[in-house]
Amino acid sequence: MSVEVRTYHGRQVLKTPVWTPEVPWYFFVGGMAGAAAPLALGAGMSGRPALARRGWLLALAGVGISPVLLISDLGRPERFHNMLRVFKVTSPMSVGSWALAGFGTATAIAVGGELLGLPGGAAAKPVAAALGPVVSTYTAALIADTAVPVWHEARTELPFLFAATSAASAGAALTLVTPAEEAGPARRLAFAGAAAALALLETMERRLGPLGEPYREGDAGRFGKAAKALIGAGAVGLGTLGRKSRAVAAASAAAVLAGAALERWSVFRAGFQSAEDPKYVVGPQRERVAARGA
Amino acid sequence: MSAQQRMGFFTDTSVCIGCKACEVACKEWNEVPEDGLEFTGQSYDNTGELGASTWRHVAFVEQGTADDMDFRWLMSSDVCKHCTSAACLEVCPTGALFRTEFGTVVVQPDVCNGCGYCVAACPFGVIDRREEDGRAWKCTLCYDRLKDGLEPACAKACPTDSIQFGELEDLRVRAQGRVEELQADGVAEARLYGDDPSDGVGGFGAFFLLLDDPEVYGLPPDPVSTTRDLPDLWKHTALAAGALVAGVAAALVGRSR
Repeated sequence: MSVEVRTYHGRQVLKTPVWTPEVPWYFFVGGMAGAAAPLALGAGMSGRPALARRGWLLALAGVGISPVLLISDLGRPERFHNMLRVFKVTSPMSVGSWALAGFGTATAIAVGGELLGLPGGAAAKPVAAALGPVVSTYTAALIADTAVPVWHEARTELPFLFAATSAASAGAALTLVTPAEEAGPARRLAFAGAAAALALLETMERRLGPLGEPYREGDAGRFGKAAKALIGAGAVGLGTLGRKSRAVAAASAAAVLAGAALERWSVFRAGFQSAEDPKYVVGPQRERVAARGA
Repeated sequence: MSAQQRMGFFTDTSVCIGCKACEVACKEWNEVPEDGLEFTGQSYDNTGELGASTWRHVAFVEQGTADDMDFRWLMSSDVCKHCTSAACLEVCPTGALFRTEFGTVVVQPDVCNGCGYCVAACPFGVIDRREEDGRAWKCTLCYDRLKDGLEPACAKACPTDSIQFGELEDLRVRAQGRVEELQADGVAEARLYGDDPSDGVGGFGAFFLLLDDPEVYGLPPDPVSTTRDLPDLWKHTALAAGALVAGVAAALVGRSR
């Protein structure tokens, strides 16, 4: 972005977000868990018990790690329960906290039914499968609902990008751990998620135009480039030789997993970069003012 | 008791002399901790920007050069805008941020768990998390003083009445008069900032008279509350969640291997 903006001693207008590295890791882990649940439900219903079991375990692992990451990000971790003090649709973090709490509870009951034969599993599974996709995507609403330019302006694509990377990572993780006889759906989900993520990144960057610059520069640019390369290579592997060769499928799945994690990091860092540079804050606002005046 | 009117600030920067009495009075009254004793090298500014421990911030701008007859100082005391549509309040997941009976926006320190959402949501970069404390802090428009019928400490201390406190409706009328007076006196660049209820945040509860573009003072020229786009954003999020389910269903079709 080449526009010159006037500033106050070159200082930033917005505050740099205070969110810690736990947050992008949560986007990755929670998103993966959220996509694993509906796959596990469908696998169970379609007679693929090995995939179902692994899917539920992946969802449980993800949803178990998620609160730890989220609580450690808080300035006052001991007050984490205040997240459930109110329910506010104007706050994606509030909606997400409730969704995660419900998803975690339902997943735990589902796994109890799946592995230990405890009661309630059959009823909990559809609940977990319905809440999982909410957990996978609300995080995009959360960051887009801020004043941070490259997050807010990408609000049309980010939910779909997070859905795609969540699907890709859940599919990839389950491709790695599921016996070949039942790994087909996981491999196809990883492939579809990876392909969709690449297409969405392209759309997003094209639509953002000059404001998309932070996604291409600095840490965000480096993470983004590596993510695209890994997701792209993984998708090619999964879509071709991975259908026959277990080794290729595993290597491709590992690449997609790493790429999906890096993509979350790229988005996270791009937000920081755009908040810290007044040209991304003042520039578009100046253009709006000028357009209104014209 | 008559209905409580919305209270606010009108900061007329054309009479600010940069004394920082507002910064000091705010700190003393609200027991705000020290915020760094640093030399910024940016004119007489040593607090830099509003933050968790800086609730009034005096900006100093030097325009022109010393041997230039056009040299001028711009000085302005910045503060939380107490927006009509306050993004910080709307995104706060704990309800720690609330709207008071005076129409101001205040954080309850006994509820805030330091999630940091308000920090990223504020289009002015006002609210911030105090690192040693973990919670978010900002101007309360002296909520405790208002409840006792007193004016906020900064307005009380301001020696030139650059900071004026009162009912927002009255302040808007007074500000309009002031800007017309200045323009009639030849100060063509005088303009109000944040007085318009149809702006992106529904008008500020604390608005300003400026002598240059807002960004020169470190203020955004066209702030918009991010939650204005939230209905649209939720729609896209729901569609994305639906697409994820559809993708999973499609992946389950076909052979198992």
